[in-house]
Amino acid sequence: MNKDELIIAGKPFKSRLLVGTGKYRDFKETRSAIDQSGSQIVTVAIRRTNIGQNENEQSLIDFLPTNEFTYLPNTAGCYSADDAIRTLHLARELLDGHNLVKLEVLGDPKTLYPNVVETLKAATVLIKDGFDVMVYTSDDPIIAKQLEDIGCCAIMPLASLIGSGMGILNPWNLEILIDTLSVPVIVDAGVGTASDAAIAMELGCDGVLMNTAIATAKDPIMMASAMKKAVEAGREAFLAGRMAKKLYSGSPSSPVSGLIK
Amino acid sequence: MYSNMKITINGNIKEFKHESMTADELVDELKLTGKRFAIERNGEIMPKSLFKQFTINDGDSLEIVGAVGGG
Repeated sequence: MNKDELIIAGKPFKSRLLVGTGKYRDFKETRSAIDQSGSQIVTVAIRRTNIGQNENEQSLIDFLPTNEFTYLPNTAGCYSADDAIRTLHLARELLDGHNLVKLEVLGDPKTLYPNVVETLKAATVLIKDGFDVMVYTSDDPIIAKQLEDIGCCAIMPLASLIGSGMGILNPWNLEILIDTLSVPVIVDAGVGTASDAAIAMELGCDGVLMNTAIATAKDPIMMASAMKKAVEAGREAFLAGRMAKKLYSGSPSSPVSGLIK
Repeated sequence: MYSNMKITINGNIKEFKHESMTADELVDELKLTGKRFAIERNGEIMPKSLFKQFTINDGDSLEIVGAVGGG
C-alpha cells in the first residue's frame, strides 16, 4: 500500500481525498478541517478582491500557504467557455504560473448541472494554452471519453448534484467511466457522508472531491476525519478485491464437518 | 494643475489625483502591496512582472481578483 499514489498530470499525491475551501465558519475552521482530511489538493474560487476595506484582513492563502497545498482554482459560477477561460487565466497569474486547474462550466443555476458543450470548448482552449485541466462533468461516458481524448488530466463526474449530498445515484455509469478511461476518475459533487465516499472508492474511482459534506456537517473537523478514513477504506477494499456477490447461496464461514452429534 | 482620473475597479468608479499612473503605483494606492491578486485591464491580464511599465489611464476598467473559499 506504500506506493499507491494518485498521479495527476505527472505529480504523485498520497491522499485521494480532494477538498473544497468554501462554506466554513472561518479560516481557522477551514484549516483544521483540511488538516484532519489529510488532503493535499484544495480547490479555491477566484473572485473580486475587496478594495480599500480592511487592510489587515486575513485571506484564505494566509491559512493555506501555497507551498503546503496544491491549489486547484475553479471556475465555479461560470456559465460559458469564455468566462471559464478568462477566470483560469487570472488564476494562473494570481498563483504565479500554476497550471493545474478545475474546469467547471455550469448550465443552470438551479441544479448547477454542467454544460458539457461549453465545457468541451473551454477544455480545448485551456489545454492549448498550457493548462492541466481537471474537468467537472456529467457521468455521460461519451462526453467523459471526449474530454480525455482532447487531453484533460482527470475526469471528475458528478455523483449527484453539487451541494446536494444525495450520494452516488448512478454507480453503473461511474463504472463505465472507470473502465473506459485511462486518466484518473475523481467523483466531484454529491457526496453526503462517509459511506458515499467509500462506495465511490470501492467502485474503483481514483479519488473523491468534496466540500459541502465536510463544511456543513455539524462538526466539520470530525467529518473531515471520517472522510479521510472512508476514502482510505474504500480504496483498500477496491484494491483487495471484494468477494463475489451470491444472491441465493449462503456459504458458512465455519467448517461444515465436525459438528457434535 | 492635474486633472483627476476616473477608473472602474471591480465595477465601482474610483477617482485618483493623477492623470495616469503605473500599475505599481495603483497597487500602492489601493494598499494591495504584498497581497496575492491578479489584475485584468480592459479585458487583458497585466503580468505582475510588468507592473512598473504598465500605465493605467483615465477611463480604464480593471478587475482585481483573489483566491477565496470555494468547492
